[in-house]
Amino acid sequence: MKKILALILALCMVLALTACGSSAAPAAEEATAAEAPAEEAAAEEAPAEEAAEATGKVYYLNFKPEADEAWQELAALYTEQTGVPVKVVTAASGSYSDTLTAEMAKSDAPTLFQMGNAYSLLDWGDYALDLTGTPVVGEMTNTDFALTGDDGSIKAIAYCLESYGIITNVALLEEAGYTLADITDFDSLKAVADDIHARADELGFDAFTSAGLDGSSSWRFSGHLTNMPLYYEFRDDGVTTPPAEVSGAYLDNYRAIWDLYIDDSAAEKSSLTSATGDQAEAEFGEGKAVFFQNGTWEFSNLTDTFGMDPATITMIPIYCGVDGEEDAGLCTGTENYWAVNSNASEDDIQATLDFIYWCVTSEEGTSMMAEQFGPIPFNSAKESENVFVKAADEYIAAGKYPVTWAFNSTPNVDSWRAGIVDALAAYSADQSDANWEQVVSAFVDGWAIEWATVNG
Amino acid sequence: MRKEKKKKQHDTATVNGKLIRRPIKRWFPLFILPTFACFCIGFVWPFLQGIYLSFCSFNTPRDAAWVGFENYLKAFKDGGFRHAFWNTAAFAVVSIILINLLAFIIAYGLTQKIRGANLFRTVFFMPNLIGGVVLGYIWSMIFDAILKGYSTYLTANATYGFWGLVILVAWQQIGYMMIIYIAGLQAIPEDLNEAAKIDGATRWQTLTRVTIPNMMPSITICTFLTLTNSFKLFDQNLALTGGAPQVIMNGAKVNMTELLALNIYSTYNIGKNWHGAAQAKAVVFFLLVAVLAIAQQSATRSKEVQA
Repeated sequence: MKKILALILALCMVLALTACGSSAAPAAEEATAAEAPAEEAAAEEAPAEEAAEATGKVYYLNFKPEADEAWQELAALYTEQTGVPVKVVTAASGSYSDTLTAEMAKSDAPTLFQMGNAYSLLDWGDYALDLTGTPVVGEMTNTDFALTGDDGSIKAIAYCLESYGIITNVALLEEAGYTLADITDFDSLKAVADDIHARADELGFDAFTSAGLDGSSSWRFSGHLTNMPLYYEFRDDGVTTPPAEVSGAYLDNYRAIWDLYIDDSAAEKSSLTSATGDQAEAEFGEGKAVFFQNGTWEFSNLTDTFGMDPATITMIPIYCGVDGEEDAGLCTGTENYWAVNSNASEDDIQATLDFIYWCVTSEEGTSMMAEQFGPIPFNSAKESENVFVKAADEYIAAGKYPVTWAFNSTPNVDSWRAGIVDALAAYSADQSDANWEQVVSAFVDGWAIEWATVNG
Repeated sequence: MRKEKKKKQHDTATVNGKLIRRPIKRWFPLFILPTFACFCIGFVWPFLQGIYLSFCSFNTPRDAAWVGFENYLKAFKDGGFRHAFWNTAAFAVVSIILINLLAFIIAYGLTQKIRGANLFRTVFFMPNLIGGVVLGYIWSMIFDAILKGYSTYLTANATYGFWGLVILVAWQQIGYMMIIYIAGLQAIPEDLNEAAKIDGATRWQTLTRVTIPNMMPSITICTFLTLTNSFKLFDQNLALTGGAPQVIMNGAKVNMTELLALNIYSTYNIGKNWHGAAQAKAVVFFLLVAVLAIAQQSATRSKEVQA
């Protein structure tokens, strides 16, 4: 008995030791990230045979969990072709800044990382290499899609553009007796939605999917939908850099579209806080609603998971009753910028620059980027199969103005959005003017407070 | 009885014998080393570095620059931090009383001779095996489903969130404390109860004069655990309400249901200007928990009796 006990204790000791060793491994919180070490090992072994030329290495801290697999494959392919080891680690959804902070503190820090907006520059600008004059910048179609430092240096470059709007099921719309041409502004959208909602029982589907305020869905409204009042306000005031204060001049329009979303939907208004993003996606995917506010990234989910016919879905602009909005296109922008770690060794920097240049110019790279991210702002970009991306291009081609992503200016974005969500939830349960004042306060006062906090 | 005692003495004699003690004395550092090394790497060093960083402005620990007490000033000026402190204090008081009272009652009930007592013990203990984040999400669904009937929802106001958290944590921890209390109850010598009975003590008198004084060691442990658990509560807080609802008070934002640990976490995530302040809050938080825990220990220890 004692012998067995001793054995168990000895085992525990060994286990404790191994546990210590592995705790140094990079954050692998998500299942997808767990695959990384295996890939990484493979990547490190391969070049051993042809190590003569390859001296630098690439370590990419990826932001998008949904693209993890594609990046791993592309990295392996690049290593196979060039012998340069490329390690891709993906941060779990919602924990990018934590992971980046942890990884940057290590001696083997990421050589390529992601910035989201002007505020990331505040935190990580010191770590970003000035990319001016590098070949990859030369490949860009438009250097507006870059984050620049105060001195005009290019700190980060956009690697994909995304659009969002109201995803529409054209087949259902026609079943209800309408066509896309019937919707040209807020009033016509409201007329169509009101009518569909009124006949929901008879038609078997409703106008809008649930406007869930659960964390998995609320960003669509506290982030993407708030872009409408922000964009028009910034356009009127000529704002180009993140302002300290906003006036909320277009908040009545925001209220109009939000009312439409929750009035013309089957979802119960007082329980929106527990309605999730998956729920809304399923409602649209299963043909229970005609309209679904979301972005180009939803395309593969809707066509693969729900088997929707790409010919029956499209994306229309978010109309909220602003003058001249019949000329608006989709909301197009990005919160995905590549930055190269300036603290990395010269060899690693060179290897990283070569890698991203290859990603945006080579056949394999551009194919993967087009498939995963849709349009990329580089000369060799491949055309995407994504119908939402095509819709965005068609609006531009027809001379409509793209609504840019003004929400990228939001200070302390998570906290600001949380305030909007809380106020929206209270307002949705009881659509009174007093409750709307809370939304306005969260929007206007909240902005000023968060601005002061971030810069304080 | 006597035979057993003798055997015990014999065992102690062998363990204390020179033949066994000498090698243990000589080799004990080797046996301590792995755990000690882990302790240093995983606890002592990060702890010291954390204290150092609370006096620095930094983004990553590599680029720390000394700023003195600035972070502490910033932390104390933060209305959200003060609110979180009072929230935590209220939460700790309520949950310590509730958890210990209920755990004791259940333990007392389950040590009486009733059918299926073992099954009940297992069932009551089970919530402990579920992680805090999972519990938080599950309970938020339960609460929302119930509140839906009243056309409201969990994050509608701070009261729901507070009591929701109390219910969640009580549900999770009562089983654990119950086990400790059961062990304590079973350790009380039967002859004490018998003597009380012969002396004509009522059930209530036996409970208050015999059982509870003898249970003081268990009570010490359980209050200590519930106190520190309530102060350190994080996962459940994050998953249940995430601090919502957020209100604007005196020109500052306050997350109404945020406890200290969650406040520290969200402070860190504001941006690099706040990393140091979050670290300072964490040091203050550590001191607070340490002082409270020591005070509680000495308070309840003094009431312990020898049977």
